[in-house]
Amino acid sequence: MDAILFYASAALAVVSALVVIGQRNPIYSAFALIVTLCSLSVIFGLLGSPFIAALQVIVYAGAIMVLFLFVLMLLNVKREADAPGRGGRALGGIAMALVTLLVVQGGTVLLRFQLVPVAEFDASTQKMARVLFSAHFLYVFEATSILILAALVGAVALARKEP
Amino acid sequence: MTPSPAAQELILAAVKVAVVIGALQALFSLMTWIERRVLAFMQFRLGPNRTGPFGILQPVADGIKLFFKEELMPAAANKWAFLAAPVVAVTTSFLAVAVLPYGPPFTLPRLDFLPGWLAWLWPEWLWERSVQLQIATIDVGLLFIFAIAALGVYGVVLAGWAANNKYSLIGGLRSSAQMFSYELALGLSFVGIIMLAGSFQIRDIVDAQAGWFWNWYCFRQVPAFLVYFAAATAEVARTPFDLPEAETELVAGFHTEYSSMRFALIQMAEYINMITVAVLAINLFLGGWHAGIPGVPSEGLLGFVFWGAKVAFLLFVFIWLRGTLPRFRYDQLMHFGWKVLIPVAAVWILITATGVALAGW
Repeated sequence: MDAILFYASAALAVVSALVVIGQRNPIYSAFALIVTLCSLSVIFGLLGSPFIAALQVIVYAGAIMVLFLFVLMLLNVKREADAPGRGGRALGGIAMALVTLLVVQGGTVLLRFQLVPVAEFDASTQKMARVLFSAHFLYVFEATSILILAALVGAVALARKEP
Repeated sequence: MTPSPAAQELILAAVKVAVVIGALQALFSLMTWIERRVLAFMQFRLGPNRTGPFGILQPVADGIKLFFKEELMPAAANKWAFLAAPVVAVTTSFLAVAVLPYGPPFTLPRLDFLPGWLAWLWPEWLWERSVQLQIATIDVGLLFIFAIAALGVYGVVLAGWAANNKYSLIGGLRSSAQMFSYELALGLSFVGIIMLAGSFQIRDIVDAQAGWFWNWYCFRQVPAFLVYFAAATAEVARTPFDLPEAETELVAGFHTEYSSMRFALIQMAEYINMITVAVLAINLFLGGWHAGIPGVPSEGLLGFVFWGAKVAFLLFVFIWLRGTLPRFRYDQLMHFGWKVLIPVAAVWILITATGVALAGW
């Protein structure tokens, strides 16, 4: 059952990700990206972390993509025109993807990563919170929060009209 | 022949899904009639009273009418998005219902008096089996509802954009801006009770409110409850936050171009969302199926009755508000959401966190 769900959502994620970059109409790309993010959330759920799965949908598929769509709809963006040199860039992209795959796969082999069976991997909400707020990660976590706060203040300052 | 335990679970789940979807659809059509009648009485009118006794067959008549109306689609509309929007709206509204509990665990009766030719209807493996009145018990139930609500915005966005009509577009933008502005306050209002109950599971939160009624979170978490109620009303676009329906400015907002059954689907999604937020309010803040007085039993069927009565009352409150309050202006709405509700909710989280950490609330 889990295997079926995994392969189905993985395939959906890959196909919709291809639609995101292949589609000329930006609105369709945005919707395809929402599908990608939702199928990633299913995979997080299957890995035993419902908390991350829910956050993935709330933050990415929900909040961020709505803002993307808002801008696209308000600007009324039409189909992108054909840009010259598209074929070359596509080839470059495929080459880049292959290199990434090679690096990731090679890295796991070279560094002798141990694959952890899903059953032993405790990613429940409580466990995650304990790790996140432990002395090990607390400063990183707080520093990230301050970084995001700074970005927020910056965005407000930029968007404000001069009196 | 007894099915395997996994198959038993699957059969039970399928039956629950069928019952809940059927009950919600029935409640939806009933609510359209109740709302019109109650509103009419509040305004010294009669409301629909011609079809059937007290007009109770009005939803059936409406359904037949909508069914036979022509499905219109504007020539310049984006066909796929236009078709997908009502589907997205209805799907997300039904999905959110899946994690809501409807009552305490229920023990199925032992019907051993059934004659042999009827026994297959109530096989032995059902006897005295304890079932949860809830479709899916997941670890992060509250977050799941929140995630689905975030996806529900897309129904509105799609509907508004796809019709290629300026009123639809502006209506859709307004509604979705309203929905995700108030979603923030809604999410923040949960944090206090999650801290007190120590769980994301709605069933645990309900059980944390057992005992006297001052244990209910609406009394222990008054600001959170007020923020939740305001934000939830805005989330489902009910008066005084029914900007999407400001017909003097926007025709009918994001669903201007929808007719016939597609319109009915959008309408259904809105009513089911309203039922969802009412049920959530009961479960999170008003003690769920607990009677609020120790000694009054709230197990089994009786708990379900208490729960149902509370939900009915809250749905009535929604109609009552609609009959009483005028509509906010758009800038007032944004002001209220961002500058009142969110700061109040955020400060209250700090107060609750301090209370939990230092005073052991």
